[in-house]
Order: sequence, then C-alpha cells, then structure tokens
Amino acid sequence: MSHDVVSAKDLSLTFQTDDGPVHALSGVDLSVKKGEFVSFIGPSGCGKTTFLRVIADLEKPTGGEIQVNGVDPEAARKARAYGYVFQAASLYPWRTIERNVGLPLEIMGYTADETRQRIARTLELVNLSGFEKKYPWQLSGGMQQRASIARALAFDADLLLMDEPFGALDEIVRDHLNEQLLKLWDKTDKTICFVTHSIPEAVYLSTKIVVMSPRPGRVSDVIESSLPKQRPLDIRESEEFLKIAHRVRDGLRAGHSYDE
Amino acid sequence: MDGKGKTIPVLTVLAAVVAIWYACVVWMNAPFEYDKAERAGTEIGFSQLVSNTMTQERPVLPAAHQVAEEMYKTIVLKKFTSKRSLVYHGWITLSATLLGFAIGTALGILLAVGIVHNRAMDKSVMPWVIASQTIPILAVAPMIIVVLNAVGLSGLLPKALISTYLSFFPVVVGMVKGLRSPDRAQLDLMHTYSASTAQTFWKLRWPSSMPYLFTSLKIAIAISLVGAIVGELPTGAVAGLGARLLAGSYYGQTIQIWSALFTAAILAAVLVMIVGLAHSYVLRRMGQKPEGAAT
Ligand SMILES: Nc1ncnc2c1ncn2[C@@H]1O[C@H](COP(=O)(O)OP(=O)(O)O)[C@@H](O)[C@H]1O
Ligand SMILES: [Mg+2]
Repeated sequence: MSHDVVSAKDLSLTFQTDDGPVHALSGVDLSVKKGEFVSFIGPSGCGKTTFLRVIADLEKPTGGEIQVNGVDPEAARKARAYGYVFQAASLYPWRTIERNVGLPLEIMGYTADETRQRIARTLELVNLSGFEKKYPWQLSGGMQQRASIARALAFDADLLLMDEPFGALDEIVRDHLNEQLLKLWDKTDKTICFVTHSIPEAVYLSTKIVVMSPRPGRVSDVIESSLPKQRPLDIRESEEFLKIAHRVRDGLRAGHSYDE
Repeated sequence: MDGKGKTIPVLTVLAAVVAIWYACVVWMNAPFEYDKAERAGTEIGFSQLVSNTMTQERPVLPAAHQVAEEMYKTIVLKKFTSKRSLVYHGWITLSATLLGFAIGTALGILLAVGIVHNRAMDKSVMPWVIASQTIPILAVAPMIIVVLNAVGLSGLLPKALISTYLSFFPVVVGMVKGLRSPDRAQLDLMHTYSASTAQTFWKLRWPSSMPYLFTSLKIAIAISLVGAIVGELPTGAVAGLGARLLAGSYYGQTIQIWSALFTAAILAAVLVMIVGLAHSYVLRRMGQKPEGAAT
C-alpha cells in the first residue's frame, strides 16, 4: 500500500455526452506526497477540475486506479480526508460567516464547545476574526473566498483541494491571499492540491507544478520547484522563479502546439 | 420603491373605477326607474333619475355607498354572534379556509419532499397532481361534500378539504422547484462532507426553498378562500360568505351579494398580506440582503 496522499495510475475519465465521448482525463500518472503544495495548470478543458473532483469522489474514473491516503476516494471521503474549496465561494447565503464555517462541524457531529473553538481558530487563521456575525453578501469577494477556505480547514482534513479559488479576484487581492495561503500551509502542515490558470501563481505557491494539456486531458510535465519554502512576494523577480515559470510556459505551449 | 410615487397612480385608478361604477349604476338601474315612471304615468327628470338609481332596494347594480353602508351595518353594528353579521359568516368561511390551507400546505410539502427524493414518485405522482387541477372545482366540490356527508362528515371539514384540494397544488409545484433550487456546488459541498440525505435536506434544500414556499403560500391562501366559499354553495349552507352569496341571489338581494363579495375580497387581501409579512420576516431572519443595499 502506498503512503502517498494521492496516487493515480493510468487514470482516465471519459464523459459520455450527446456530442460523443469527452476524454476529460487520459493516462494520468501522478503522486502527491504528504506536505506537498501541488499546482495544476493548463488551458481550460484540460481536466484540472475533473482530476480534483475524482480525488474528492465527486466523479468516478472510467479507467485506471486512484488512491487517496491509501484507500479509494469514496472511503477517503467518508473518512473526511479532504476539504474542498470550490471556484465560487458558495457560502450558504442564509448562514452567517461563523455558521458557514461551522457547517461541516455540525454535519460531522462536533460538540457545540469544540465547534465554537474551531470556528474562532480557523477564522483567525484566514484573518476574518470580527466578521463572525456577518452574512456572505456583506463581505467582499476575497473575504468570502477566505471564509470558504476557513470552512474547508475547520475540520481536521490533512488534504486541501482548491479549484481556482482566487480565479475571480483582482490581482492585488490575489497576491495578498497567495501570501496568506503559503503562510497557512506552512503553519498547518497540510497537503494542498491547487488548480490555477496563472503561471506566476503556480510557481509562487507550489513545491510541484503539474502542467496539463487538453483533448485528451493529460499531464504533459511535472516540475519540482527548487524555490525555498520561505517565499516573500518579491521572490517572483528572482532568476530561479523566472526559470521555473519559463519551463511551465514551455510545457503549456508544447501541449497546445497541435491546436494552431 | 418609495410610497409617495405609488399613491397618486393608485388613487387615480381608484377614482376611475368608482366613476365607471357609478356610471354603470345609473345606466343599469335606469330601466327600472323608467318602467316605474311609465306605470305611474309621470315623466322623470335626469337628476331625479340619477338619485333614484342609487337608492333602489334591489338594484341590478348597487352603488358603492350602498354596499359600504350595508357592510358597515353588518360588520360593525351587528353583534358578532348574530346570523346577519358578516363577521360571523366571515369567521365560518375563514376557519374552513385556514384549516384547508394548513392541510393543503402540509400535504403539498410532503408530496414535494417525496417527489424530490424518490424517482418513482417523481414519475408517478406529478402527473396526477397536475391532472387533479384540470377537473373544475365546481364539479368536484359537490361530490366531496356529498360523499363526506354520506360517511357522516359535515360542517367544517368537507369545506376545508375543498380548500385543500385547491391549495396543495401551488405548494407542490413551488416546493418541488424550491427543494431542487440548490446549485451543483452547494450540493457537492454536502457530498464532500458525506452528509446524509436528511442533513442535506434540513441544512440545504429546506432553507433554499423558503422563498419558493412563501410565493406558493400567497397563492394557496387566496385559493383556499375561494375553495371554502365554493364549498358552501352546493350544500345550501346556512352560514359562511358562500351562504350569504347564495341566499342573496335567491332573494335578489344584490346589495347583500356585493357586501359578501367585498368582504371576501378584503379577507383575501388581508390573508395574502399576512403571508407576505411572514415571508419578509422569515427572509429577514435568514439574513437576506435588504432591497437596494450595495454589494
Ligand atoms: N459533467 C460533465 N459532463 C460532460 N463533460 C464534462 C463534465 N465535466 C467536465 N466535462 C468536460 O471535460 C473536460 C474537462 O473539464 P474540466 O475538468 O472542467 O476542465 P478544466 O477544469 O481544466 O477547465 C471539458 O471538455 C469539459 O467540457
Ligand atoms: Mg475548471
């Protein structure tokens, strides 16, 4: 049995649609080790979301094998192995921020006392202390997304799956949240799988970058980052950073070449 | 919406309606006055005609002030327990309305829950629900009343059941839509927590359906009232607004008919308003963004 957090072997998923089969994933081999920060990057339609959803047992693969914490995704889900952050914050609008963050705890049967403590702790972690009683519409997009991250952190899942969580936010907010996310990862020792469209974001955050290409969705390059764990924002001007970014760009271009 | 901007148009429409009404009163009641004058062998002047048409005892169309006067007498002046009090009759109808509305709402919600959670029910129940509403209530009402009378049920419950028959429908339709309104991400979230069906229902589907529920309830309460009135017609009931309508039409008491009609309309408006207030109260409690607030 593998000790990887995620291990996929020759994984494939084909959607049957009215316009014929869509090969969202094909022959994906990948392993994610404990404590890694893995980014998935690639043009839209290359299966990034689908791969995350397979890990989360929101989609069933049609071929190959995948294990999460050494068991199949369904068992991992039932064992509450992961927290999932969706592209849109999708907070429940009728719940206050604290009750949104407390939602998984309610469902998982934590005691009221424990729930209160965890809400306070995770809101502090994402810098939202003081906004407990606010409703989602009273918060900015960035704050809503932070609340949804808090919600995924509230219970003790070691794996965090994030699907373009900052995609809809402006550059300044995004930089800020990236920095906070790195600190949080450092503090909590979680494993993170992070989908993004942005090369700088992927390079800045990751210990490993998975470059994907579409039709059929597959992994075209896996880059181990040589950047140190401590990353101030201005590391993005460094030569090392630019070198990795360059390799990612090459990988993306290679995957795309037959298109033009 | 500011209140001031609406007052003037509303008053204008009201004034127009009243003006048309009085014109119709003169026009429709005039033949009777001409007849009377002819039989007496006298001529009748226009101003005399106008004032006469508005004071007939059994006019074809009673004037607004006659209806208002009758309503004042039968609602305010009569003791509530009197058989001639509209409050008494209104209460008889109202109690059937509320009972029928309550049963209809409960039934509608239960059916919707079944339809949303069970494929077989989705396929089999919905067509029947829709078919039930294609049969005119005027055909169903006497059957329900007669059948229930035969098994010894009479009075409040049979009328309430007619209200139920009408009111469960908008509730089913609205609640099926409401319980299915959560989007994919909201449902996926529950799945990632491995939430049970019951948890997904109470923490997601039910709160999501509230706006739909209240919209349906506004329709349901109004047609519950219609159902209760219709339920009073076939039995020749002696009490209730329907009975007043029926008695009025037997004896040509048009003023009584119109008073009962207006009372029913006012009752309907008040009931819908109460549901509307409950609606805004619940949504406010659920943290709904106030109208016009900045994002
Ligand atoms: N539920 C689905 N049914 C059919 N096709 C789907 C479904 N989900 C995704 N796809 C298709 O699979 C491919 C990969 O989608 P996705 O994983 O969302 O890509 P990405 O997240 O990289 O943009 C796309 O072509 C998309 O249209
Ligand atoms: Mg995607």
